[in-house]
Amino acid sequence: MIISAPVFAMWLNSMTEITLVYFAWVRERVGKSEERVSVPDTVTTIEELAAWLKTRDEAYDHAFENPAIVRAAIDRKHVRPNASISGAGEIAFFPPMTGG
Amino acid sequence: MAAPRVALLITAEPFDAAAETAALQTSGSDVGAVATFVGLCRSEGGILSGLELEHYPGMAEEEISRVIADALARWPLDGVTVIHRHGLMRPGDGIVFVGTASSHRAAAFSACEFLMDYLKTRAPFWKKEHRLDGSTGGWVAAKAEDDAAASRWKSGE
Repeated sequence: MIISAPVFAMWLNSMTEITLVYFAWVRERVGKSEERVSVPDTVTTIEELAAWLKTRDEAYDHAFENPAIVRAAIDRKHVRPNASISGAGEIAFFPPMTGG
Repeated sequence: MAAPRVALLITAEPFDAAAETAALQTSGSDVGAVATFVGLCRSEGGILSGLELEHYPGMAEEEISRVIADALARWPLDGVTVIHRHGLMRPGDGIVFVGTASSHRAAAFSACEFLMDYLKTRAPFWKKEHRLDGSTGGWVAAKAEDDAAASRWKSGE
């Protein structure tokens, strides 16, 4: 059996459990408002997390089809796509805000 | 100057703009100006039956608190009140109330506009349209002019 390098790397690394929450059309597309996921330790930033989620299934692929417009918050603070997710308790993904 | 009176409320309930304005008028010992803004649900020319506002509980309070702290650092204010509703709004319903009190009008006007501009782009709320024909419209798209309105505060007042 041939194992690709990235898959083998994921075996070697441990996983981290994170709570993810989704709002508005990101929530509708993902099909849930909250979940606990085991994220491989090779995923270190918000944009890497979005890219990893996108590969999970069609629903996530749809939610993150244009990752540049999906915003994120770590522990209820706005963050940029290159923000580290190390130590994050709760990560939120949502569209640009339209309150007020 | 005594510590400013700050009121922040995230609620599904309607607010009384007149009562909130009156409270701001007595928020300091020498208030000379109160500026208020009320944002309302529109029917978009008779198309919408209402707007549904979703929010991120916890972050909504924390983010608006950060915006209020920024305003207090920039202007000499006696009072700040921000009320933002969530849930289903009908045309004419108040969605947001922002009020500021100060000794002079310039600070009250500027702080009120600053708060509103930043609420638009930073407060975690999202609007979904409900149409009169019973269908659910789409999610309201963010406007580039809202980002532009918020960014102008970065280069000074």
